[in-house]
Order: sequence, then C-alpha cells, then structure tokens
Amino acid sequence: MSAQPLLDVRDLKVHFRTRGRTVRAVDGVSFDIAPGEVLGLVGESGCGKSTVGRALTQLERATAGQALFEGQDILSMSRRQFLPLRRHIQMIFQDPYASLNPRLTVAQTLSEPLFIHKIARSRKDAQARIAETLDLVGLGPEAMTRYPHEFSGGQRQRIGIARVMILEPKLVIADEAVSALDVSIQAQVLNLIKKLQRDSGMAMLFISHDLGVVRHISDRVAVMSAGKIVETGDKSAIFEAPQDAYTRRLLDSIPRIMPLKETS
Amino acid sequence: MALLDVENLEISIRFGHELLPVVRGVSFSVDENETLGIVGESGCGKSLTALAIMGLLEGSGVRVTGGRMRFGGRDLLAMSADERRHIMGNDMAMIFQEPMTSLNPVYRVGDQIIEALQQHRNLSRRAARRRAIELLDLVRIPEPDSRVDSFPHQLSGGQRQRVMIAMALSCDPKLLIADEPTTALDVTVQKEVLDLMLDLQKRTGTAIILISHDLGVIAETCNSVAVMYWGRLVETAPTDALFETLAHPYTRGLLHSIPAIDRDVDWLDAIPGRVPTIGEQIAGCPFHPRCPRAESRCRHEVPQPREIAPGHLVECHFPYGGDR
Repeated sequence: MSAQPLLDVRDLKVHFRTRGRTVRAVDGVSFDIAPGEVLGLVGESGCGKSTVGRALTQLERATAGQALFEGQDILSMSRRQFLPLRRHIQMIFQDPYASLNPRLTVAQTLSEPLFIHKIARSRKDAQARIAETLDLVGLGPEAMTRYPHEFSGGQRQRIGIARVMILEPKLVIADEAVSALDVSIQAQVLNLIKKLQRDSGMAMLFISHDLGVVRHISDRVAVMSAGKIVETGDKSAIFEAPQDAYTRRLLDSIPRIMPLKETS
Repeated sequence: MALLDVENLEISIRFGHELLPVVRGVSFSVDENETLGIVGESGCGKSLTALAIMGLLEGSGVRVTGGRMRFGGRDLLAMSADERRHIMGNDMAMIFQEPMTSLNPVYRVGDQIIEALQQHRNLSRRAARRRAIELLDLVRIPEPDSRVDSFPHQLSGGQRQRVMIAMALSCDPKLLIADEPTTALDVTVQKEVLDLMLDLQKRTGTAIILISHDLGVIAETCNSVAVMYWGRLVETAPTDALFETLAHPYTRGLLHSIPAIDRDVDWLDAIPGRVPTIGEQIAGCPFHPRCPRAESRCRHEVPQPREIAPGHLVECHFPYGGDR
C-alpha cells in the first residue's frame, strides 16, 4: 500500500481466561485500513470478529499486538491517553435500543459527545449541529425532544448513526449494524451508511455475518474463522474467486434466489 | 382436497373493548410432499397464522375471528379442545426459532423426546428410549446412544434444532410448521438443517409450512410461496413463477432490498417509508403509501386477490407483468 494506512493492526491477540482455560478469541489478526476505505470483516458466530472491534475501541483489553491509528499504537494507551482519539474512532452497535440511554431525549443523547469532546462552542452551536446531523440521517428536527422508545428499530439505528456522525470520526467500527433490522428497513439504513461514508470520507471496519451486506458495503473483505483471518482481498476477488476452503464453504452455504428476468 | 385448507382467515387482537384484525383474508392450502413458504417482515402476521393453525393462540388475547381452516377434511375451528389437542403433536407439529427456549434446560434431551412419545404413542419407556435414539440418528446427531443423555446446553445450536426436529417428527406428523427454524443459526449450519428437513420430507411425505423473513431460504426450499404484508397475503404462487414475475410491487421491493451475493450494485432499491402499525387506518391498498406504481384507484379501493396465471394470485390493481 502506497499511502500510510489510517489503521494498521498487527498480530492482534485477545485471550480470555475462564475457569483455568484460555479462550483464544482473537489469535493473531493483522489487517490495515486506508483513509476512506471500507474493510468488511465477515465470519460466523464466535469467530472473534466482534472482539476485534471491541479491542480497537478499548472495550476489551488486547493480550498482544499493535493497532496503529495514524501511527500511534492505541492498544498500549491508557484510557486517558485514548480519550482524545475516541472522537475519531467511533462504534455503531447492533441493537440501537441497548446502546441509547432510554432516559435521554435524542437532543440530549447527541449533545453529550459534543460537549465531552469540546466540539460545540455554545448551546446554540450544538443545537445547529444536532439539527444538521438529524437531517443527514433522515430524521426531522421534531425528533430532538423525543425519547428512544418512541422510535421504530430503523429510526433508532438512525439515531445511533447520528450520534457517531456528529463527531465527524475518521474511523467507524460498525458491528452487525443492520442485522437486527427487517430487510426493507435494512436496505434504507445500508444506503444511508454508504452515502454518509462516501460523503464524509470516513474509513470503516464493517463487521457482519451477512455476506451479501458485506459485499454491498465494503471495498475489501477479510474472512475470519476461529480467531484468525483466513483470507483478505478485494471484494471481487473474495466473492468471485475465493482461495480459502472455509471462504468457499461459507459462500456455498448461502441460499440463492434464482436469477430473475428484469421486467419493468 | 388438500391436507390443509385455510380460507379467508381473520385473526384479531383485543385492545380494550375493541377487536383489531391483524390478519385478514388469508387463504392458502398445503398438501403432503409440499413445502409452502410464508415470507414477510416482522409484524406481518406470519407467525400468528402459524399459531392459529396449530391452535396455540388460546388464552393469548389474540383469536381467530373469521374464516375456515380444514385439516384432512375436518373443520379445525369446530373441534373441541380435546380433539384439537389430539391433533396437535400427533398430526401437526411445530418448531420455533430458538431451540434453547423450546427445550427444558434441566431435562436430558432424550427424556424430553421420550415424554413426547409416551404422551402420544402407547410405548413402554424402554421402547420410547429406543425410538428416541433412532430419531436422533435420523436427524444426524452423532453418537445418538450417548447424546440421548445430554442436556440441551451440552449441544450446539444446530444440534438443538435437530433435537427439536426429532421431537416434532416423533409421532410422524402429517404437517410440520417451522417458524424461522434457522434464523438463529450460522449459514453453514442453516444449510445442514434445511437439507435435513427436506430429506426427511422425501422419506415421510410430511407437508411443511416454512415461515421465514429470508427470501433466499424460501427460494431454495419451497414449492410455493405466500408473501404477507400487514396481515394480508399479497402474493401467492409456485416458487419459480413468483421469482420470475415478482408481480406484486411489495414482493419486488423486498427482493431488491436484499444485497446481492453474486454481483455489485451501488445503491439498493429500498422500499421507502415503513410498515404501518397495528390499528392504523389506511384507505385502499395497504401498500399504496410505499408503492412506486400507486395510482388514485389504489388509494380508494382495496384490491381483491386475482389469478394472473394458474395458481398465481396477486392482491394488486396494477401488478407487474399485468396489463395496465
């Protein structure tokens, strides 16, 4: 890669000790993400893909390895050192209801990070940014005074996305961000994420078990199995000419809908 | 006459003093050796329809308020609770999405199958245990002789769902209803479980109703498909015909919403808006606020099902492939 990657993960390991047994959830994973690039991380449940995302945001402690974000190793940082970077490395979760505070209005939820990261200069500035961001994710300004339970699942995920986008992050880690949504709503949210990613130029680590979704959103794809990445490549290479046996088995398992004749 | 005939089924939920219909005018039939897929998004009424057929709505505040259901020629709605219970388990069986919540965690899986067998079949405990081991072998659980004594938590998710299938098939039902049976499973395991179901059907001829939100799963396993939207059956057709014509705009929108695995598309052709909530009043066709083909007629007149090809019914004034 010619340009310096935004994120360079080298030999990341996350091991858990349970009742004297060591679980190697992530066992030596390396990849990089260029600025503005979307890397899809795909695998089945328990393969360690979510743990990778959680380690990169310090929600989980890495056992070994490095993760260089703009050249600085985020894994060796204290929480205090990591705080200023948190603005630039944001996470979208699967269940927006569990990740939104039910007692805060949407405006309160969105203003919190603005003040923590000292982005808003005044209340008025914060209000303007909130309205602008809500508009960006397809919600009206009337959403501001409402609480999470008043929204549908798709709208809640839009709020979760707004909370991330309002910080203008350089890297977004999306963990099964559309998996809980119905197909028709999932399509709307996927289009939204893709548009926001392109317009803002942010890079993304898109973690999902859904190969179709990963193909749609990613530039490159890494396939994970049992704590290791078995294959990485441009998405066309992974989907058209998979090299690894596990990748092939995964692709073969997906139920296909016969090619349809396009009528209109 | 088909094994199961559902005609104009209406299911309502009680809200205070009001009965709100949540499933309306649903008609379909399934015969032995056939697999009918019912597809739709959350809240469309596909699971309620299945529970109504099984007779499991009792006491839930939701009940059948109209229509007819005939099973083997007998009117299900006219039966006594005892007759109904006899059919449930013997002639009809159901498996659910999450096998861990259907299995009792404190009993060995073998004992749970044995209980079902003794309930419905006049078997000694020893014979029932032998049959349980046979059933576990049939659903391809490795080492069934020892697995019969496992607790549910000692099995993987795929194995648990196989145990549920074994239990459902224990009394050779004529109809098996599978409600999102593979949704909680990984794709590689999903394939094995679906293959198993179809393989068992080939041997026993059991009719299957497969309920899923996943058009891919439906396309690969079903002979015919029923698409539900907001409590209505908007399109019913043989599987090939359905995917070739995609006559109803909702069916088409649903398919176009799925990111393709075999080609790159820049933007998904998403259906705008959202599914209306229960009790919302919509004049005309319930899909018209989201429909790209809606005209003034759609806003005033509820479309009735019409046959656009043999066995292909569509509830739409202006279906694709039709004359407009």
